[in-house]
Formats: sequence, C-alpha cells, structure tokens
Amino acid sequence: MTAAMTLVATLIARDVRRGYAGGGAGLVCGFFLLSVVLFPFAIGPDRAVLMRVGAGAIWVAALLAALLPVERLVAPDVESGWFDQIRVHGLSLPLVMALRILAHWLAFAPPLMLAALVAAGLFGLETAALVRVEAGLLLGTPGLAALAVATGALTAGLRGAGGLAGLLLLPLALPLLIFGAGSGDMGAPKLLAAVSLMLVAGAPWIAAAAIRSVRD
Amino acid sequence: MILELHQVACARGGRLLFTQLSLTLGAGEAVVVTGPNGIGKSSLLRLAAGLIAPFEGRVTRSGRIALATEDLALDTERRLGEALSFWARLDGLAAVDRRAAAALDTVGLGKLADVPVRLLSTGQRRRAGLARVLAAEAPLWLLDEPGNGLDVAGVAMLERAIADHRAGGGAVLLTTHQPLALTDAWTLALDGHVPA
Repeated sequence: MTAAMTLVATLIARDVRRGYAGGGAGLVCGFFLLSVVLFPFAIGPDRAVLMRVGAGAIWVAALLAALLPVERLVAPDVESGWFDQIRVHGLSLPLVMALRILAHWLAFAPPLMLAALVAAGLFGLETAALVRVEAGLLLGTPGLAALAVATGALTAGLRGAGGLAGLLLLPLALPLLIFGAGSGDMGAPKLLAAVSLMLVAGAPWIAAAAIRSVRD
Repeated sequence: MILELHQVACARGGRLLFTQLSLTLGAGEAVVVTGPNGIGKSSLLRLAAGLIAPFEGRVTRSGRIALATEDLALDTERRLGEALSFWARLDGLAAVDRRAAAALDTVGLGKLADVPVRLLSTGQRRRAGLARVLAAEAPLWLLDEPGNGLDVAGVAMLERAIADHRAGGGAVLLTTHQPLALTDAWTLALDGHVPA
C-alpha cells in the first residue's frame, strides 16, 4: 500500500468509526424511522394518499435525520486542535474534508437506505416506487453528507450551533428534496445527481475555509 | 538551518504583537520564548508552525514539524496507544505501534497505553502530547508551555527529552513561564514593544 493510500484509508477509517461510535448511525436511523411513522398518523390511513406522499415523506425525514450528526462532524476536532495538527502534518484541509464527506456518507447513507426499506413498507410503496426512492437516496445522500459537513464547519465554535445548522442546512438542501422526492419525474434523477455533485465538489473548500477562519 | 524567521511581524485581532523579529534555529539549538500573558508567545509558535501567516517577513522551515500545545488533538474515546499511532500512521512512518509504545514509555505512560484518552489527568495529557511529538520524529519541535501541569518528575522527563532531541540533531522552539534546565538555550523575551 502506498503512503497516499495509507493516509486516505487511515483518515476514512477514523471518521467512519467515529460515525458509528456511540450508536451515531443507529440514532440517525431511529430518528428517521420515527419521523416517517408520524406521517401516517398525521395524514390518516388512506392507502392511496400514503402511497402518493411516501417518497416525499421519506425525503423530508432523511433531511431531518441528516441534521442530527452535524454538531459532531467538525466542531469537536476544531476544539481539540485536531485540524491544527492536520495542517502541521502538511495535509491539505480540502482533501481531509473531502474524505470526511466520504466517511460521513459511508456511516450515514447505507443505514438510512436500509431504514428507507422499512419506511417504504409503512407507506405501501410498490417495487418500482421503492426502487426510485432508493436510487434517489443513492444519488442525493452524497450531497446531503457534503452539506452536513460544510454546515458543521461553518457553525463550529458558535453558540447555538445546532439550531443555526438547521437554519443553514434545510434551505440549502431544498434542491435535493425537490429532485429527490420527484425522482420519478423525467429528468429529476439527472438534476438530483447534478446538485449532489455540485455540493460534493464545493463543500470541501467551504469547510476548509471555515475551519481556517476559526483557528487563524 | 531548520527554522528561520526573517524580519517577521505578527498581527492578531487587528493588533501588532511584534515586528522585525528574526530568529534562526539550527541542529541542536533551542530557543525559549518568555514574556507575559497575551504578548504573542503562542502566536509566534503558530507562525513558526505555518498555522498563521506573518503580517510581514518570511518564515522558512526545512523538514517536518511536531507541535504540542494545550490542545491534545488525540481522539478522546480511543485508547492512548491507538490515538498516538494514528498520527504516526498519517506521517507514513513504519512500525507505528512500536513507535507509539516507545514514546509512551519515554514519557512514563507506558502502562496507560490501553486507557481511553478521556480518562487521563491534566498532567498525563501533557505527557501524552509530548509522546505524540516524540513519536513523530520531526527535526523541529514547537512546544507551547510544555511544563504546564507536569509534576517535578514530569518536568525532569521533559528536560531530558528535549536534551536527547537536541543531541540527536533536532531543534526546539518553546514558550514557558517556568524555568527549565536547558543547557545552551537562547532566551527570546517578548515585551510587547512595537517600533512606531
């Protein structure tokens, strides 16, 4: 294994472990399922209505669940001086943040997509609709992970960071919600992928700049 | 030359802390930075580490750096030995676990390698920070108040570690409020005087 591969593997393994530590991924999935369960209670048991709103409800719950880990994604490492050491070791902050997005996606998206299978059952989604929802989550969750990491960096060290993170993340995630929930429409998956890719490409730079501004 | 600061000025929060500061550190040399709180000692270290840019002047480094501050930068939920190995692994060093164990033995924490970092006392955390520096095997050590929180034996261990590092061709730039027994070390006293 080359030095670069060791570096990448070491950073991803650390961040994935932290993602799952303390039941982090389980908490996100639990919250996601609880949020999804609320919809049938609020809307009523009409099967046709539930099938129609199912994809949208799953996406709303996914967005809300994505908020949960935001405070833990960056702030603890800013406070502990971890990022200072990363810079002293000569590592590129945008690269480290890109790897953190990947690690967060690995810790967050697969469990969420599994939980979405259960949620689809609650809404009585048919196989074709279920496949569309899962494909939408596969395309959209990288963008959601990127947004979460960037928001975590932008709010690191601020008072009331949790609430502020919600105010920042939810509006910025609207395109993902629109194209994700409508992923059955013509062209929506491509637009969802484009938005997701844009967020993944931009977030590491935004997160790195935010961390530098806090510590400089 | 391991570190050179040439006519450096440093500004923090819109205030000039020092100007026209020049300093060269070669193999085996040590500079102790002293001065009252808030005078810019830690900023000088961060500047030398490349964490902040000089307002004026030039900072030149050759080789890797090891920085120890009050921020431990070790994952608190991991075992001490694993947390240390992480940084050595990032440096691409060989035999990281053995290296981390040796560093922990040197700072007197060898028996705590399997203890989670969060359970360490203040003094033990300081020692762990020094162990991270030792494991890095970097020619330049930047130590911010390394004696804080250490007992008498800990200070003696720190002085020995610095002497060994210098004997091996390393250089040290450190800030301190307490007297340390370092032979042939230069003292740089910051007084906050900024020429108009």
